[in-house]
Amino acid sequence: MTARSVLQQADITRALTRISHEILESNRGSSDLILLGIPTRGVVLAERLGRILHAIEPGAVTVGALDVTMYRDDLGRNPTRAPSPTSIPAGGIDGKTVILVDDVLYSGRTIRAALDALSDLGRPRAVRLAVLVDRGHRELPIRADFVGKNLPSSAEERINVRLDEIDGTESVTIE
Amino acid sequence: MRHLLSTKDLARDEAIALLDIAEDMADVANREVKKLPALRGKTVVNLFFEDSTRTRVSFEVAAKRLSADVINFSAKGSSVSKGESLKDTAQTLAAMGADAVVIRHPASGAPRVLADSGWIDAGIVNAGDGTHEHPTQALLDAFTIRRRLHGSAARGRALDGVTVTIVGDILHSRVARSNVWLLSTLGAEVSLVAPATLLPVSTNGWPVSASYDLDAAVDAGPAVVMMLRIQTERMNAAFFPNAREYSKQWGLGDERLARLPAATMVMHPGPMNRGLEISSEAADSSRSTVLEQVANGVSIRMAVLYHLMSGTDS
Repeated sequence: MTARSVLQQADITRALTRISHEILESNRGSSDLILLGIPTRGVVLAERLGRILHAIEPGAVTVGALDVTMYRDDLGRNPTRAPSPTSIPAGGIDGKTVILVDDVLYSGRTIRAALDALSDLGRPRAVRLAVLVDRGHRELPIRADFVGKNLPSSAEERINVRLDEIDGTESVTIE
Repeated sequence: MRHLLSTKDLARDEAIALLDIAEDMADVANREVKKLPALRGKTVVNLFFEDSTRTRVSFEVAAKRLSADVINFSAKGSSVSKGESLKDTAQTLAAMGADAVVIRHPASGAPRVLADSGWIDAGIVNAGDGTHEHPTQALLDAFTIRRRLHGSAARGRALDGVTVTIVGDILHSRVARSNVWLLSTLGAEVSLVAPATLLPVSTNGWPVSASYDLDAAVDAGPAVVMMLRIQTERMNAAFFPNAREYSKQWGLGDERLARLPAATMVMHPGPMNRGLEISSEAADSSRSTVLEQVANGVSIRMAVLYHLMSGTDS
């Protein structure tokens, strides 16, 4: 099957800019916001969102990374996964609004793991979810608050997100 | 990787991967909830046929931080003192559903027997066997060295070119053997210093240099000096005239400490014989990594248990 391009570089930038405005609107400003990216590509997206938010409304938006490997429900079904670093901004997440950031929302199991990981780190005031692509096929009652692009797909298809910082190229393709 | 029996079988990238996982495990110690759910529902048996405090407690803390259930089994006060064989003990543990067995045994090779015999279908971790190997100690030593040298940028790095001098009772030391293999695999240059009576008959085939002169080794300015405990419990002959003479010739006293470069790390696997192989000043100085080694031991053992027990058996 051939890969079909769904989002180009400019589309990704536009989607992230729109998500940033939506985040600021729903949060009524940038106070007490923490963006936590889920490795690997979610971390890059969280950093980009952080920069855009700062450009729109200079404030104290902090960015970190949240590794969910240890909280996955499929550890026993796959070869051992190496965890990635977690970095929580100084001051912790207690009482803050945490925005989880990931590239693709699919079954929802990664986000379930992320919610469990968060509850071991503290008690945020609220948790929201921002994703670049929502491809459907949820297996858990989880939905995203901010979506770059809804992409109805068949379970046999693969969605590939490539980002400049990691892959040296920028695109979302479906194959 | 199904078992961890020796560091000699560890490939370089495997060893670095374990150290990297340990970096992530170390962060857990600073959190409010010091627990990860990764091994929930699994059972780890600590099977100790020899006395130990730090290793057993360290493995216990590591398993509990990963949410595994821990059963401590020591030979004293068990059916082993009634003459039960290793085979029967292993089969009993297998019947109770152990997922991993952490074994310390006075006989070299006991963990290998457990791993190969088919008596028990569990991951085996060698926590020290006779005078053979103590792989998690070597891993935590490598981890400690890497962290001191590179700090938070340690991930993915090896120990290429780091000079390590191991001093003392090499003959009886499983810590020394495991370190020789692991540190060389990671690219460090290892040298051994000991009285001739406490060196193995031959170190041919070991990737090390050996000498008898600690003063020359100190003046060479190694990056790491690792002092070993004099293991009187394994000594069946007089290996040196007396403690004072040993201390004078091969102990890390205040005068030798002062001659070492300021950046040299002083390591000791513990328990220490203060005043014999290491002076109190050396043990308590800021160059000493003794307490870091204990703290890092938990992270390394978490990484090993996670690596062996998560994932499918492939």
